[in-house]
Amino acid sequence: MPYLSIALLLVAWLSLWVGSVHVSVPGGLIDFVSGVVSEKAIIVGEIRLPRTLIALFVGAALGMSGAALQGLLRNPLVEPGLVGASQGAALGAAAVFYFGLFAAAGSLAITLAGLIGAFVALLLMLALSGTGRPSLVILAGLAISTIAGAALAVVLNFAPNPYAMQELVFWLLGSVSNRGLDSLYVLAPALLVGGVIILSQRRLLAALGLGEQVAASMGLAVNRGSRLVVLGTAILVGASVSVAGNIGFVGLIVPHLLRPFTKYRPDQLLIPSALAGAILVCSADIFVRLLPYGQELKLGVLTSLLGAPLFIWLVVKESRRWL
Amino acid sequence: MALIATQSLTVDTRLHAVSMQLQRGEVVGLIGPNGAGKSTLLKTLAGLEDYSGEIRIENNLFESYSSSERARMVGLQPQLVDSTWPISVEEVVALGRTPWHDRDEVAIQQAMQMAGITEFSQRTIDHLSGGERARVWLARVLAGQPQALLVDEPVANLDIHYQLSVMNVLKDYAANNNGVIVALHDLSLAARYCDKLCLLKSAECVAQGSPTEVLTESLLHSVYEVEVDVDLNRQPPVVLPR
Repeated sequence: MPYLSIALLLVAWLSLWVGSVHVSVPGGLIDFVSGVVSEKAIIVGEIRLPRTLIALFVGAALGMSGAALQGLLRNPLVEPGLVGASQGAALGAAAVFYFGLFAAAGSLAITLAGLIGAFVALLLMLALSGTGRPSLVILAGLAISTIAGAALAVVLNFAPNPYAMQELVFWLLGSVSNRGLDSLYVLAPALLVGGVIILSQRRLLAALGLGEQVAASMGLAVNRGSRLVVLGTAILVGASVSVAGNIGFVGLIVPHLLRPFTKYRPDQLLIPSALAGAILVCSADIFVRLLPYGQELKLGVLTSLLGAPLFIWLVVKESRRWL
Repeated sequence: MALIATQSLTVDTRLHAVSMQLQRGEVVGLIGPNGAGKSTLLKTLAGLEDYSGEIRIENNLFESYSSSERARMVGLQPQLVDSTWPISVEEVVALGRTPWHDRDEVAIQQAMQMAGITEFSQRTIDHLSGGERARVWLARVLAGQPQALLVDEPVANLDIHYQLSVMNVLKDYAANNNGVIVALHDLSLAARYCDKLCLLKSAECVAQGSPTEVLTESLLHSVYEVEVDVDLNRQPPVVLPR
């Protein structure tokens, strides 16, 4: 954990420093905070700072939600994207783009819709799979993802004009660039509330490793606790998808890589996963910015490119275990 | 005062009007054919099933305990347990402290000692044999220091060495002013280790009392529908299908 915290600070600093223009990071931050209007204050404070913070928060949300879902479903192959939560959130948010739902909620509308979408998707997945049996969870998640994907395709199909569709597609690919600081008003509370809800159930996540009966016999409210974990996950995923679109595989890779360092204990995996998720997404975003100027590679595309091979490796490893 | 007492305990169609008692210092054996209701009875006493009728713990109604209080009094070792994650033996046993919201190292070490697993406490659970694992699951419940210990089929799939070692752990635990209810298929072990037996058939308790009262050839024949040889005077006692 101390190593992760140090790495997080380093990556954050790097993220503020890297860009097409070289400026002094401390100078820019000081000018920005003290309200001095200068070139470095605008570059560091208004362009790089929001981008960095959003990348960190989105990464933390995805990392922790992955760890929580894997613990809850007792399945190391689960991640928010695989169980339909991301697609649900995307569908909810896309519906706002298209239909203008929750107009009264203003800038919160997309987040609200994303959250509801993720929550409904997760509940449907749980209802469909019934138990935490790995094969059923993956199947149910696939079914929900497919339905949400189909509905999303409908929304795209009937997009009012080509520009709206392009905007929607680019947003779905996942990116943390060009989001204002006000996205943080959504992300920060969501990370806090979702994180607290999930952490409140860490004893349940630990005990569930021995099965539902053992957990219940030790006085834990299995059903209520599971629903709370789902709610917490939905808040985290819903908020991050609505701000940054789909950034896949972070929730899968991060807990998986950290698990051996936390003695495979699902309860002790949560906070390290949040830290490492933040580091990963922020690093990936720095990498995207370092690519030669031109058409920007979307952050979500990069994480998928990196994550998919790892997922294949995991599947191969799992299949060998059963041979 | 009984540690656990039930009155007309009924769980949908799986258990019908079972009245039984567990006193401190006692090992009570639940015997009967597959599907007779042994596991259901144990799960109900651990608070995992909805029921009608009455359960009292130390003369207080079951419902008067919060789920944590109940879990501190009554510990359940279900029939099928497995660990999803390859955590260490010590971590598995430490999970048994969940009802107490602490990590009492003394209790954890004691539990591992009782179950005889201290020597491999740092190994991970996926690297143990079936017999070793069975004792780890047992140590997990013991770490919770429940006054009433409920164990479902702890010796199924174990070789005779581990069968005896697990049954001895249960016997010693009960002797320490606790109570143990254990579901068993092996009638010879039931005769050897249990102070009282409760014979279940089709959701009902058809006989209960000392092994000499319950393990009779005629009663066993009527319940299991096979001829059984019973010799309780031998040391150890023998109950075998003919």
